[in-house]
Amino acid sequence: MAAAASRTTNLLLLGLILAVVSLVVAARRGAAPWARGFKYYLWMALFVVGLRVVFRVLLDAGVGTTVLFTLPEVPLPEVAAGIRLGGVVTAEAVLSAVREGMRLATLIICVGAANALANPKRLLAAVPPALHEVAVAVTVGLSVAPQLVESAQRVHRARRLRGESGRRRHVLRDVLVPVASDALDRSLMLAASMSSRGHGRLAGQGRAARRGAVALVLGGMLALCAGAYAWLDATVSRPVAMAALVAGTAAGVAGMVLSGRRVVRTRYRPDPWAAEEWAVAACGVLAATGMFLASSRDPLALDPSPNVLAWPQLPLVALVSVLLGALPAVLAPPVQPRDAHRSVRAAAGSTAPEVGVS
Amino acid sequence: MSIGMPDDGPGAAIRFERVGHTYPGAHAPTLAGVDLAIPEGELCVVVGPTGSGKSTLLGAINGLVPHFTGGTLRGRVTVEGRDTAVHRPHDLAEVVGVVGQDPLAGFVTDVVEDELAYAMEQLAVPPAAMRKRVEETLDLLGIAELRRRALVDLSGGQQQRVAIGAALTPQPRVLVLDEPTSALDPNAAEEVLAAITRLVHDLGVTVVVAEHRLERVVQYADRVVALDGRGSVLSGPPGEVLAGSPLAPPVMALAEVAGWSPPPLSVRDARRLAAPLRNRLTPPAVHAHGESGSGGPVLLSARGITVRHGHAGEVLAVRDVDMDLLAGRVVALMGRNGSGKSSLLWALQGSGTRHSGTVQLQGADPASMPRSKARHAVALVPQSPTDLLYLTTVDGECERADLECGARPGTTRAWLDRLVDGIDGTSNPRDLSEGQRLALALSVQLVGRAPVVLLDEPTRGLDHSAKERLGGELRTLAAQGRSVVVATHDVEFVACWADEVTVMAEGEVVAHGPTAEVITASAAFAPQVARIMHPEPWLTVQQVTDALAMSQPKSLRDPEP
Repeated sequence: MAAAASRTTNLLLLGLILAVVSLVVAARRGAAPWARGFKYYLWMALFVVGLRVVFRVLLDAGVGTTVLFTLPEVPLPEVAAGIRLGGVVTAEAVLSAVREGMRLATLIICVGAANALANPKRLLAAVPPALHEVAVAVTVGLSVAPQLVESAQRVHRARRLRGESGRRRHVLRDVLVPVASDALDRSLMLAASMSSRGHGRLAGQGRAARRGAVALVLGGMLALCAGAYAWLDATVSRPVAMAALVAGTAAGVAGMVLSGRRVVRTRYRPDPWAAEEWAVAACGVLAATGMFLASSRDPLALDPSPNVLAWPQLPLVALVSVLLGALPAVLAPPVQPRDAHRSVRAAAGSTAPEVGVS
Repeated sequence: MSIGMPDDGPGAAIRFERVGHTYPGAHAPTLAGVDLAIPEGELCVVVGPTGSGKSTLLGAINGLVPHFTGGTLRGRVTVEGRDTAVHRPHDLAEVVGVVGQDPLAGFVTDVVEDELAYAMEQLAVPPAAMRKRVEETLDLLGIAELRRRALVDLSGGQQQRVAIGAALTPQPRVLVLDEPTSALDPNAAEEVLAAITRLVHDLGVTVVVAEHRLERVVQYADRVVALDGRGSVLSGPPGEVLAGSPLAPPVMALAEVAGWSPPPLSVRDARRLAAPLRNRLTPPAVHAHGESGSGGPVLLSARGITVRHGHAGEVLAVRDVDMDLLAGRVVALMGRNGSGKSSLLWALQGSGTRHSGTVQLQGADPASMPRSKARHAVALVPQSPTDLLYLTTVDGECERADLECGARPGTTRAWLDRLVDGIDGTSNPRDLSEGQRLALALSVQLVGRAPVVLLDEPTRGLDHSAKERLGGELRTLAAQGRSVVVATHDVEFVACWADEVTVMAEGEVVAHGPTAEVITASAAFAPQVARIMHPEPWLTVQQVTDALAMSQPKSLRDPEP
């Protein structure tokens, strides 16, 4: 959906994309903490649009004919001759600012929706074995953040017991030292626990195999870089560039598979990839291709001239592709309801120590 | 050194041969010359004062010491035939399962089921076998209905059982637990101990447990390993190792006073021997410390306290509680985890949220005072004392506390030296033992000379002598005319040192009265001596000792025929 949004500044279409994305999120997000963050993305999007409009109004809003109001003009020194501060504010300028802002805002909201709908830990579990160590590090990091917040709250509360008589500049130290040492202790305990349960086992592999894997990955990356440069450079022939890209990708993948053999792990109940998952993926791909097609066939409707104040049109192909994006709201499997048992300790966890809260 | 048990030759599951360990930068070795052979299928309890090397001993079984913690390990540790010098902790994962003190800190995933499967994933067990073993472990520990619950939503006892399950799924032959019941209320602790004994008796797993509170576990123990704090160990059956030791549980101390031999280890065995003792002694008056009704004026009066938690205040932690704190009394606040004890104490101090209700302390409300003044009215020592400490030296903390309260320099240090001796002023507070950290936090809070002192779960993790000192200090504070409230699970501590007990459940006060009356009324809360001498209201071994001493001259005065 983000790819679709990037092709257009048509306000109606953008608004429709927003609505579709919000629908999918509302229908399919769970109750997990990362899902609750969606509203912050909405706020950020609003902020982006507002900021754009404000800057446009202040700096260069004289394009077009329909004048809204006039700001006092502030004369600038010769150095900044190209910039005009204040002056006439026209509707066309404001509208074009709104359009640009909306495009960026829609992109942000699409990213936010992806964030809200996906469980990061499940995503990390599906990472190829070669990147397993990195994925584990990221997973552990994700669980540390809420602990840090809770730890800081506890320490802040304890500071009040001592009377908060420290000077202002000591506040950071007073809170930071206990939180940091608490985080360090907990991470050491976690590491000991993971190590005792077998994390870090590596299957034996010959030195030749390991060296080979490294060489493949490095060589593949170099080939990819060369291929990308060749593609963009007009003097190199297309087939050569394409060959370099393909060879680079193949080498990289082979290297990853080879080094992935070292990590010996099985997965307990891996997420199934069935018909529903294919359907959702297909919807996303079709929405993007539909928009690309529409923009190549009828660019003016998707990207209206910024200086004309006219009601935007709604071409059929674009409309259909955007509406396709709403299908995952019904196609994707519903979120399994988590046991909604909030004990006192969980509720008090935001304001009280977590272990054995009494 | 081994007492009275044959040294099993090749059949020992865990064998320590002349093992010594020194941490990097330490002056003295933590362990020296330890020789130990634990046969298969035994429940072995490791005891010793804090800092004596219990965690080091347990870590050495798994290989975490020295591979993870650093230091030099001398001698040889062999587990099921594997030498830990050659095998790292992740290689021993299918032989040794480890459960740490804080189960939440050791959880890797979000959900119970995934946590149980984690160890098997790392060991590359085939998926079909994984499913089967997860189901078996859920049934074995009685947590089947929790399978899709989030780990942070579980109670302490449930979390501890999930941690045990997560260590059990690779089917190890040895299980090591570091203070599993320290954070749990008595009933949750019973559940965990029942699960452990079931493992030993039904599955034949060798279990090594480190514990401070021996009352519950010594009756099931086959062997006790006592660390003396100088690096060596004494290993043997509980009756022999703990005889005469200050670490002995009340049942064994009572046996020694009453002259029972061999000493009974459980309440049932002791009751069979206790009938003559009960008949011989006159039961004490119900006032445990002789001060019921003789308390001083009311220092703090609280009415209708209500505390809510959660985003929309949906969880009611404390419901409409009234409380009066009298001068010169030590009140124990008991109740299972989640019953609102912490929330009530924080609300009384004024730093915690209080949705309704009034607190009156000498005409003022602590919540409306500025924090620096409230410290001089009500002093609270929180559950984890290290939250209060943020400087890098003990001396620095003491000086800072003197400055904050406007006290004479050296006051805090003097308090600290009274509570615990031998603390090096240049050491980092985080390197101190549990008891020392608590003493430091207590000194810092007491410098304000507040008339009301509240302590939130101070007894967790304290060894026997530290608890004695704490109890003595609380009595001293009460004798100075202050009012002391202690939230705790430790019934033996309450029996020795508290005048009154308030029991909370689900945010309400369900019982309140003199110690002897409240804690002898229910089986879960009664101390061991009370259960042995039931129905008479004895609380502590000291009471029995004093009564015996008084009854001796009487028998001598009996007229001769």
